[in-house]
Amino acid sequence: MQYLKPASFEEAVAMAGEAHGDVRFLAGGTDLLVRMRMGAVPDVLIDLKHIPGVYDIERTENGGWRIGVAVPGAELTEHAGLRADWPGVVEAVGLIGSTQVQGRATPVGNLANASPAADSVPALIAAGAEVEVLGPGGRRRVAVGDIPAGPGRTRLAQGEVISALYLPPRAAHGGDAYQRFIPRTEMDIAVVGCAVSLSRDGNVITEARVALGAMAPTALMVEEAASALVGTTLGEEALEALSEAASAAGRPIDDKRGTAKFRRHVAGVLARRVALVAYERAGDAK
Amino acid sequence: MALDEGKDVKGGHDAREYDHQGPFRHVGTRPDRPDGVDKVTGRAHFGADAYAPGMLHAAILRSPHAHARILKIDTSRAEALEGVKAVVTRADFAEGLEGEDWNILENIMAGEKALYDGHAVAAVAATSKFIARDALALIEVEYEILPHVTDVDEAMQPGAPVIREGAAEPGLPEGMHPNVVRYHESGHGDVEAGFAEADLVIQRHFATEATHQGYIEPHACLAQMGPDGRGDLWCTTQGHWNVQKLCASLLGVEASAIRVTASEIGGGFGGKTTVFIEPVAMALARKSGRPVKLVMSREEVFRASGPTSSASMDVRIGMKKDGTMTAAEGTFRLQGGAFPYAPMEFTAMCAFACYDLKHVRQRGFDVMTNRPKQAAYRAPGSPMAAFAVESVVDELCQKLGLDPIEVRLKNAAREGTRASYGPTYPRIGLVETLEAARAHPHYSAPLGPNQGRGIACGFWFNYGGETSVTLALSMDGTVQIAVGTPDIGGSRASMALMAAEELGIPYEDIRVTIADTASLGFNEISHGSRVTYASGLAVIKAARDAKRKLIARAADKWGIDPEAVEWRDGAAWPAGDNAGSFEPLTIREICAEMGATGGPIAGHYEATPEGAGVSFATHIVDAELDPETGKVTILRYTVVQDAGKAVHPSYVEGQFQGGAAQGIGWALNEEYIYGEDGRLQNPGFLDYRIPVASDLPMIDTVIVEVPNPGHPYGVRGVGETSICPPLAAVANAVSNAAGVRLRQLPMRPARILEALEAQTDGEG
Ligand SMILES: Cc1cc2nc3c(=O)[nH]c(=O)nc-3n(C[C@H](O)[C@H](O)[C@H](O)COP(=O)(O)OP(=O)(O)OC[C@H]3O[C@@H](n4cnc5c(N)ncnc54)[C@H](O)[C@@H]3O)c2cc1C
Repeated sequence: MQYLKPASFEEAVAMAGEAHGDVRFLAGGTDLLVRMRMGAVPDVLIDLKHIPGVYDIERTENGGWRIGVAVPGAELTEHAGLRADWPGVVEAVGLIGSTQVQGRATPVGNLANASPAADSVPALIAAGAEVEVLGPGGRRRVAVGDIPAGPGRTRLAQGEVISALYLPPRAAHGGDAYQRFIPRTEMDIAVVGCAVSLSRDGNVITEARVALGAMAPTALMVEEAASALVGTTLGEEALEALSEAASAAGRPIDDKRGTAKFRRHVAGVLARRVALVAYERAGDAK
Repeated sequence: MALDEGKDVKGGHDAREYDHQGPFRHVGTRPDRPDGVDKVTGRAHFGADAYAPGMLHAAILRSPHAHARILKIDTSRAEALEGVKAVVTRADFAEGLEGEDWNILENIMAGEKALYDGHAVAAVAATSKFIARDALALIEVEYEILPHVTDVDEAMQPGAPVIREGAAEPGLPEGMHPNVVRYHESGHGDVEAGFAEADLVIQRHFATEATHQGYIEPHACLAQMGPDGRGDLWCTTQGHWNVQKLCASLLGVEASAIRVTASEIGGGFGGKTTVFIEPVAMALARKSGRPVKLVMSREEVFRASGPTSSASMDVRIGMKKDGTMTAAEGTFRLQGGAFPYAPMEFTAMCAFACYDLKHVRQRGFDVMTNRPKQAAYRAPGSPMAAFAVESVVDELCQKLGLDPIEVRLKNAAREGTRASYGPTYPRIGLVETLEAARAHPHYSAPLGPNQGRGIACGFWFNYGGETSVTLALSMDGTVQIAVGTPDIGGSRASMALMAAEELGIPYEDIRVTIADTASLGFNEISHGSRVTYASGLAVIKAARDAKRKLIARAADKWGIDPEAVEWRDGAAWPAGDNAGSFEPLTIREICAEMGATGGPIAGHYEATPEGAGVSFATHIVDAELDPETGKVTILRYTVVQDAGKAVHPSYVEGQFQGGAAQGIGWALNEEYIYGEDGRLQNPGFLDYRIPVASDLPMIDTVIVEVPNPGHPYGVRGVGETSICPPLAAVANAVSNAAGVRLRQLPMRPARILEALEAQTDGEG
């Protein structure tokens, strides 16, 4: 195995273009190193952590956020500005692993690892986050929801690297939230994950995005769930419609972590709970 | 406790060893454990920390099939790979073995058939781990896949695939499937007459899944075998004499040819009482002439070490309106993998051991399936029995409107009770644990919505076993104790405390070492909660032996009879005015002169103590249920257990808490999940869910001390009983919170939701 340390994303792309065999970019390594220990050692490992700026969290000109690809969960969860704007994204990232894992694990790694159960991905999708992708074909911006293609597969082309994560500006009176269901309290993989981001005008929901994890081969946006919320004051009727839409979404599977039936049920329960939290937060927000 | 067939499980009534009721100076205090600094600084050497010059790395090829005939193994391509120094298959082990030795050989290296997913079929030693792993891919195995069975009830059905023809022992009821290999029946009275006296009889079916001990340290060893046929083995184990015995037998050499040293151990809980990789490493070392290191991966630990049995059980109990139990009956079917000796007789014998029953009958069936060979796990067989029995007792109390502790007190076994499994109990402490539980503030604390409280009792035999200890005095009067029982729970501290008590010297003056197999007489495994009892008794006796010798030296010096000398505060004193007037001789003074006064001084003890006192516990637990998701949170947990005499109370409490934590995992989320293909689906800690720290409340403990007549200080083993009540206690708490009975473990969220749904459907 060859270990490379590029000084820029352009160099990283060039290295990946010249390399042969299995090429992997290394962020926190909490997925990659575990897999390597199990025997899946890539031919070329390109470590992104030495590129200037990868640990930065910055305000963008439009009032959103730019997050470097090596920023670990622990830095994100301690960032007051991010916490105020996107508490749901921050709480989702904060659920990954344990204190030790938080010191390394990045949301971009979580996304590029392409697990259907990745915790930060539904929250990023609900938030409308995007990533900047750099490759032999140039630079492009891609919605987070368009990156995963299926378990362990992304829509990144050969040699493409994610160079930054972007969160949009938080809308006035907006709030987001994320919860997952696991049989334990931590160190577990989501049986279902649910994120809701919404904005309010007074008590009325004006905009909403609902995303679910572990209900399909990739995390998904549930339009029906979102429309169940818009125009309502989150009364029982809206919650019931939301819950039904969440339960009906996707095509969950039966596996050792839960049956499809159980996943559908829990998706409905979580959607309700998460919407209530997001609604509260939006009410408290300026 | 090992399944040593034919060995009596003693109640302890024949021993009268209890001779020191205190007051104690050292026993009962809480000094730091002597191995603590090494363990927290990383200096302690565990199984995988052994290295030798020229060492090779080994890897094992394992069957991907649950059941398959091995038609051919071709190792030639692997042997030809650069860096490969040896490849072994079954042909490299002894032939003509019988009984359990044959079973163990068959388990560590497959013969004609692969019997479970993960069964070893060949092994390689090479100059690096990577080469060894690559070599495995070059070994060609031709399998003929056979139908398999992994469920205990299915394995007993007519038409189930036969694991091994002719494995059944005599004494089985007629018409049993060949997978049923052993049968147990015991009890007394006339149960039907007893049930006729009852106001309410409840009969229920229960099932538990196999769980793993979940020790954090995987099996690991370093083996060496020279051209002279003499070898050394370093390994992580609960019993190195047993490793020596088994390796010698499986390799066809004499026991003394292999010296075994036990490393520090990162958890065992019964799972390290046998061998899995050690004979394989020895065979590779013998064939290659080089030291060979073999370390299991976590996946291998799950697939191919020794999990518990899974169980299918039926329990029937009759009760009068006043709470008197009139009769009890149980049938317990355990699968222990593709081999005999699932501990079903322990399940049967423990099931009703807490109760004074006129009419009781229990049956056990030992069933083979295509799973790994079960190994001991803390009180093997007992936790599932308690789950079934204590659940029925709880339901009876509920239906009759009776308090669960009062009912248990009314029926509790006491001194003189004829135990359900035969013997008459000597002094025991069940009643005292129930009384302490009733008096504990936990029992009367208020409960909130969706919360339930569960009570359960549990029983374990405890064990003695062959024990040998040497206590050597240094020239400066400090003491070095060699014991043969690996320290799996702080036992070095307890040994030092007992020796300090006897010799009247400071705890810090005593060093306790776990000796290798060449340095001490035979020692049974650290199992059966026997270490503080048996090695402790041996340390006390060895100290008394040394004391006698010290006294003789003083008597000699003073020119008086040894009977006229007494030992007090670490010194010899004239016993009274008649003895004469001499200044006391301290242990330091006597030892400084020992070379000239008769030679080195050491105390010894070798025996098989048989007075291990049985032990009982009562647990209280509060659980909260999220009725929308089926998720359970354990809110509060209290362990009340009889320790006889707590030598080091902190480590006794640690055992109480550890057993409760493991039991909570077993009850809620731990399970072996097999797919349709007979392959284990969850061989890792991500999907094999042991509780993490944040899943548990601080577990409260109450130590009850009802002395064991079989130990000089009254000590009873405490390591195993603590895992007997939790399955039942948690199930009772969850059932009470849910308003519906859960009779299948684990109580994972989806299963609880289904039970809630079934109840609603039933009502609607
Ligand atoms: C003990 C433990 C607990 C865990 N718990 C959770 C959990 O609760 N929830 C959860 O969702 N996950 C969990 N994980 C998985 C893992 O921690 C997360 O997926 C984490 O976010 C991965 O980030 P990383 O920076 O470590 O990624 P890495 O391991 O560095 O990379 C992961 C993948 O992404 C690719 N990649 C990384 N950066 C880029 C980039 N800039 N461009 C293109 N590709 C890239 C890598 O090549 C690799 O394929 C856990 C892992 C462990 C070990």
